[in-house]
Amino acid sequence: MKILVCITNVPDTTAKITFTDNDTKLNKAGVQFIIGPYDDYALARAVELKEQLGGSVTVLHVGEAEADPQIRKALAIGADDAIRINADPVDSYFTAAQIAHIASENKYDLILMGRESIDFNSGVVHGLVGEMLGIPSYSPVMKLEISGTTATLAREIDGGKETLTAELPLVLGCQEPISEWKIPNMRGIMTARTKPLVVVEPVSVEEMTIPEQYSLPAPKGACRMIPASEAETLIKLLRTEAKVI
Amino acid sequence: MSVLIFVELDNGSVKKTSLEAVAYGAEVAKLTGTTATVLALGAAETSALEQTGNFGATKVLHVSDEKLSHENSLAYADVLAQAVQQENSKVIIISKSGLGDAVAARASAKLKAGIVSGVTELPVIDNGFSVKRSIYTGKAFSTVEVKSDIKILVVKKNAIEALEGTGIAKIESFTPTLRDSDFLASVGQIEKASSELSLTEADIIVSGGRGMKGPDNWQPLLDFAHALGAATGCSKPVSDLDWRPHHEHIGQTGIKVAPNLYIACGISGAIQHLAGVNGSKYIVVINKDPEAPFFKAADYGIVGDIFDVLPKLTKAVQDLK
Repeated sequence: MKILVCITNVPDTTAKITFTDNDTKLNKAGVQFIIGPYDDYALARAVELKEQLGGSVTVLHVGEAEADPQIRKALAIGADDAIRINADPVDSYFTAAQIAHIASENKYDLILMGRESIDFNSGVVHGLVGEMLGIPSYSPVMKLEISGTTATLAREIDGGKETLTAELPLVLGCQEPISEWKIPNMRGIMTARTKPLVVVEPVSVEEMTIPEQYSLPAPKGACRMIPASEAETLIKLLRTEAKVI
Repeated sequence: MSVLIFVELDNGSVKKTSLEAVAYGAEVAKLTGTTATVLALGAAETSALEQTGNFGATKVLHVSDEKLSHENSLAYADVLAQAVQQENSKVIIISKSGLGDAVAARASAKLKAGIVSGVTELPVIDNGFSVKRSIYTGKAFSTVEVKSDIKILVVKKNAIEALEGTGIAKIESFTPTLRDSDFLASVGQIEKASSELSLTEADIIVSGGRGMKGPDNWQPLLDFAHALGAATGCSKPVSDLDWRPHHEHIGQTGIKVAPNLYIACGISGAIQHLAGVNGSKYIVVINKDPEAPFFKAADYGIVGDIFDVLPKLTKAVQDLK
């Protein structure tokens, strides 16, 4: 079983987001970066599948050297080697094209990643990679078992979930509870230092979209407090003032 | 050249979020001097398809093949690409959902079309084509210029006010070539939530957190939601503790919702939860702790015991009717 896990390097979920350079760049000062939480689930499941079935787990990141600590963490969690495509990705299409290029040169049975990155929330890279490689893609996958060359997976559909059986190779966007996040142990951290991390330059990709400017939402007005003894007033206000019921 | 809108069907009807996408597509058609065409796949009621006319569509391409009645993003993207070619469409509109993103992604790679996902406003087209989208799970926005010839916009709920007018869309049957390779996966068990209202479609959501104190205490919340015709959700700790099913988990790593009214009962308002609800028009917070951070993000708040407040609110809603 040869597994590729694609990870993002994103601000921590509790990070306060601000911008610099005339609102054209994220202000990274004081922001803690992490492996995308959904990607972390994908990685954890990949490591479990490798332990169960043998094979290898390769971690892939499209981004600059600042992500190396997160890539090392992925190696410490149990990936065998890593590839970093040295580029500042401009959009999902660019990222997917890089992943598809690496995947087309190495035959992976499974390509796993999070259902979406928590910075841009597009949730399209798995679908793009699947189509670029001409193989099926499914998301969000909450359960994954492999038997031989067949995957049985449960994925979320609107208001519920369904079970699917499909032949490998597949591209899957993952989310909890596919696995539980793994915390690297000391041995993992030590061995991660010497595991290979190959840096390759990106392939050129047609320009699709260009981010122009960032902005923040307008600040919220003050909360109108209603005494608990007059709770009914809330319902009146929701009808007459907010007009939402 | 028409703007093409991919709609999702549910039991033969067009989903509400998709009708919003139709209204959005009709506005884009006006801006670009063309018409809005809907693409509907699988079994559908004629009246439901015609209803898209009320939101500005002039034509519906309907593929009635039963094989497409079951959600299949691979086949849907393939059919969408064929429809784009037939209509020579330059702009494709899809409402944001797991399925919408999957269809957009695969169609994008087929058509070499740029995608912008999470769109929150109409595009500006006087100098190029730029559009605003939500990023960092609602904590910020990005304005993006789309350079590709064909453009795919995946539109968030409440991006525009979808007003229902009157109009009839002409239904044309469309017979694309379906590829066997898109139908290889076999579908097993399907579990649908017991609640008939899906969280992503609901106008009102009543949600509970750890303040509900246990899995057996939800009846007052369910009664309140029932009185309002609301869907029910929960915070991450609640679904982690199995008090409520996982598909009700709202937040950064759960479902992102954008109802008109979000009522949080006993949820303190961790930033990860707020990230899932910050698209809501109005937020009400009921919590016994006056220092709960959620009050800072709320429009209305009640400090009090939820088990005391909820029955009062339920009665007040019932008295309205």
